[in-house]
Amino acid sequence: MMSNKAVSAADVAMEKDQKLREYKYNQYVKDKTPTASIGVNVLNAFWVGGSICTLGQFLTNMFMKYGASEQLAASYTILSLIFLSALFTGLNVYGKITNFAGAGTVVPITGFANSVAACAIEYKKEGQVFGIGCQIFTIAGPVILYGTVSSWILGVIYYILKTIGVV
Amino acid sequence: MASDGRTEFKYEQTPIFNKMTGKQSILFENPPFIIAESSVAGKKEGEGPLGAYFDEIVEDGYFGGTSWEEAESKFLNRAAKLVIKKANLKNSDIRYLIGGDLLGQLISTSFGVTDLEIPLLGVFGACSTMGEAMIIGSTLVDGDYADKTIAITSSHFASAEKQFRFPLGYGNQRAPSASWTVTGSGAVIIAKDSPPNRKVKIRIKGATIGKIVDYGIKDNSNMGASMAPAATNTISQNLKDLNVQPGYYDKIITGDLGHVGSDILIDLLKQEGYDISSNHMDCGIEIFDKDTQDTHAGGSGCACSAITFTSYVLKKMKEKEWKRVLFSPTGSLQSKVSFNEGQSMPGIAHAVIVEAE
Repeated sequence: MMSNKAVSAADVAMEKDQKLREYKYNQYVKDKTPTASIGVNVLNAFWVGGSICTLGQFLTNMFMKYGASEQLAASYTILSLIFLSALFTGLNVYGKITNFAGAGTVVPITGFANSVAACAIEYKKEGQVFGIGCQIFTIAGPVILYGTVSSWILGVIYYILKTIGVV
Repeated sequence: MASDGRTEFKYEQTPIFNKMTGKQSILFENPPFIIAESSVAGKKEGEGPLGAYFDEIVEDGYFGGTSWEEAESKFLNRAAKLVIKKANLKNSDIRYLIGGDLLGQLISTSFGVTDLEIPLLGVFGACSTMGEAMIIGSTLVDGDYADKTIAITSSHFASAEKQFRFPLGYGNQRAPSASWTVTGSGAVIIAKDSPPNRKVKIRIKGATIGKIVDYGIKDNSNMGASMAPAATNTISQNLKDLNVQPGYYDKIITGDLGHVGSDILIDLLKQEGYDISSNHMDCGIEIFDKDTQDTHAGGSGCACSAITFTSYVLKKMKEKEWKRVLFSPTGSLQSKVSFNEGQSMPGIAHAVIVEAE
């Protein structure tokens, strides 16, 4: 087994076995490469992501105040957030916010909208079919695919549990 | 004597100058001249520390075009026309053009040079392309196969992001070790003779052609680390082939290792017995201000070494502040496919010996 002590450039240079050298070099590079400050990133993600959620709650309350049912208000809220995200993507602002806030803007539905809008804008030049049509879900595709698959699996589990009377 | 009685052919020691030096290096018999250079840079590069050195700064990322790829071609086209103009030549005076870029099938180069009507050799060495183009261009000139050649390359932040990473508008956080692709294009004219009125003449004395070196780095946001072993290999080979120490060069200039890769290069070269910490410079570090421009590890892309060399480095040489440099552009050889298929990212580096006299 490898020891946990830091790998030096000398260790890398002296290693003749290619696989071991690759391993040692990767360890050495890891020590040399600066890492992002997790504390600051988490804090920024928290307050920006929280602000987006607060905006969502504000919109829901507002729609309900004007007579929408809770379910309808939730749908309007999602639509509004998606619209705002696409708008800010088009204005080249959303990416800059994400650069600062990270997961705070990637995780909410606005992040999903951004990934779709960004592809639509980028690939528009390649045409409506092979550009936008084929590539719009380049980033969002996995989310849609695996979201659908996992909801199907959960549905099966729910059905089984219901059949045997657990839920 | 061969069995059939005829005399066997024997390689004799010929009196001609041996241009092959050491294992991987060339020393030219009549070192070609760099008679003109051009650098066309994007807006962000223009705002960086080298902004004042560039010939032209193009504020519009599309360069008046409609796509990033078209824009990159326009950068390249502009750099080619500018270098010809600066040398007071016509397109037809240029025998061959050697160029390349990062985009698939070199579309930036091929579309960028169409209207010039200069015979083209398209080359790819990822971000080391400028070195490769200069080596081929000067070899053709020294071998009397051409009197004037252009070595040219380009890259564009947005077209590179689109091809290798994500669409521009997509929000994601960049790793601290990630680099920023330089937008721009740089070109040099390599010629057999120099115009007589030049006070300082810049010559390409020789070169070392690098090999692919793979130390198994798979993180595509740490290209400096993937290229540093290749740069180490090429630079140390150059020093061995020429039997010199790093102090032989006023500057040893790498292409786009950035902050992470440069540290590793200096570290690894020490293991080979060479200390370049006092005369090493990396174009990727010089071209952007890491603190104010949010470029993390530094600049990258073919244009990173090309426009730094054709602006800042050649200016320093013309002022004779640096009389001899080793210009070693570095490339990380990968594609989106190889990356997704879990392949490592081998590196390559070439080195060109440039002298002012």
